[in-house]
Amino acid sequence: MDLYNGLLNKEKRAIARMISLVERNDSEALEVLSRLYKFSGNAHIVGITGPPGAGKSTLTDKLAKNLRKEGKKIAIIAVDPTSPFTGGAILGDRIRMNKLSTDPGVFIRSMGARGHLGGISKATHAAVKILDIAGYDYIFIETVGVGQSEIDIVKTTDTVIMVMVPGLGDDIQALKAGIMEIADIFVVNKSDRDGADRTKVEIEMMLDFSCSQWRPPVTKVIATIDKGIDELLANVSEHKDYLVSSGAFLSKRILNSEAEIIGLIKDKIIDRIVNASSNKNDVKMYAERVAKREIDPYTACAKLLSKSVKEVNDGEGKKN
Amino acid sequence: MEKTIRVLVAKPGLDGHDRGAKVIARALRDAGMEVIYTGLRLTPEQIVQAAIQEDVDAVALSILSGAHNHLLPRVVDLLKEENAFDDILVLGGGVIPDEDIPGLKEKGIAEIFTPGTATQVTIDFIRNNLKK
Repeated sequence: MDLYNGLLNKEKRAIARMISLVERNDSEALEVLSRLYKFSGNAHIVGITGPPGAGKSTLTDKLAKNLRKEGKKIAIIAVDPTSPFTGGAILGDRIRMNKLSTDPGVFIRSMGARGHLGGISKATHAAVKILDIAGYDYIFIETVGVGQSEIDIVKTTDTVIMVMVPGLGDDIQALKAGIMEIADIFVVNKSDRDGADRTKVEIEMMLDFSCSQWRPPVTKVIATIDKGIDELLANVSEHKDYLVSSGAFLSKRILNSEAEIIGLIKDKIIDRIVNASSNKNDVKMYAERVAKREIDPYTACAKLLSKSVKEVNDGEGKKN
Repeated sequence: MEKTIRVLVAKPGLDGHDRGAKVIARALRDAGMEVIYTGLRLTPEQIVQAAIQEDVDAVALSILSGAHNHLLPRVVDLLKEENAFDDILVLGGGVIPDEDIPGLKEKGIAEIFTPGTATQVTIDFIRNNLKK
């Protein structure tokens, strides 16, 4: 398959194959991606996060359908958890989006988190770029159901929508640090249920303490019957306008790029020190000694690091 | 990096019995595969578009309605139209009479798993017959 031209021609099979390849760090696919990177940057990237069962998939489905009426092309990346024991996963977000499957202007991809704990998978960044290059106007990233601190989504997106539901906890939960701080827009879904108004008020009170320029709107929605979706889409476009007019758009993307570069460096270093075949046994050997209290973990870490640095220096010495 | 096998588990047509599909989905998950579970009452078109967008290695179709002779070959034909059949293994499962099985295999369904099949048999079949 010609991935380079396939992606430029926006062919769904090429897009799909590229995502599979970057998921396993395929060097050829990453090479294609770096050649095409200059064509990305046009999509508005929206993160949708919230606790399990809050209605993230249903909401995403409805947002996509409404944007399709305006002729926008929509891509959805839906992340679900991977088993830490077998590496397997059940990716079930598509169940709520089956009617979109056959729409030529929509691309939906399910991803397993594959051991990554921030609410998205490691390859999500790359998948976003692929879909951006392929010309989708909006890219929605639906995170795994989150708890209190899975905030990687904020480093990957332009707008974060936090989906809440009534009855999850009192106002102290809303005061806590972490996930409540990253939202640009709040949604109280299932707002026909008891306590929806209280949940909205608690979020508003929490926001009263904040002094940032953008005050996140709190919108009541019933996603299953399409209620409040128009208002939510208006929130998204207001936030988009705010980002552009305030100059926050570029500064946010610079922060995101910085986080991405640092993440890539970390991966490379871990790959070199921990996963390299010559070091795998060393790590095991040190782990055994640490467990038996023959050596402490800090010294083990220092020894492994200095060994790798030495290897790199030796390697470069030979080249010269 | 090691390749993760991705399987779409889908129910074409109008029957609402998804216990079997869920058992298979869970068994494949426990075998280390990524299962894209799409739920009930799908058209062959929806199944094929999902299979392409998800870049799966196999499509496992569970059907108990009796419409297998129509719906299963339709999935194969649509995959061929999209030039995706060379990459994707198509499997069927459910209440399918023995005399229908040879005809389905002739039309491109790689294997049919009827009630009572051990999940390990299905897992091994997928692992040993991947097309890409």
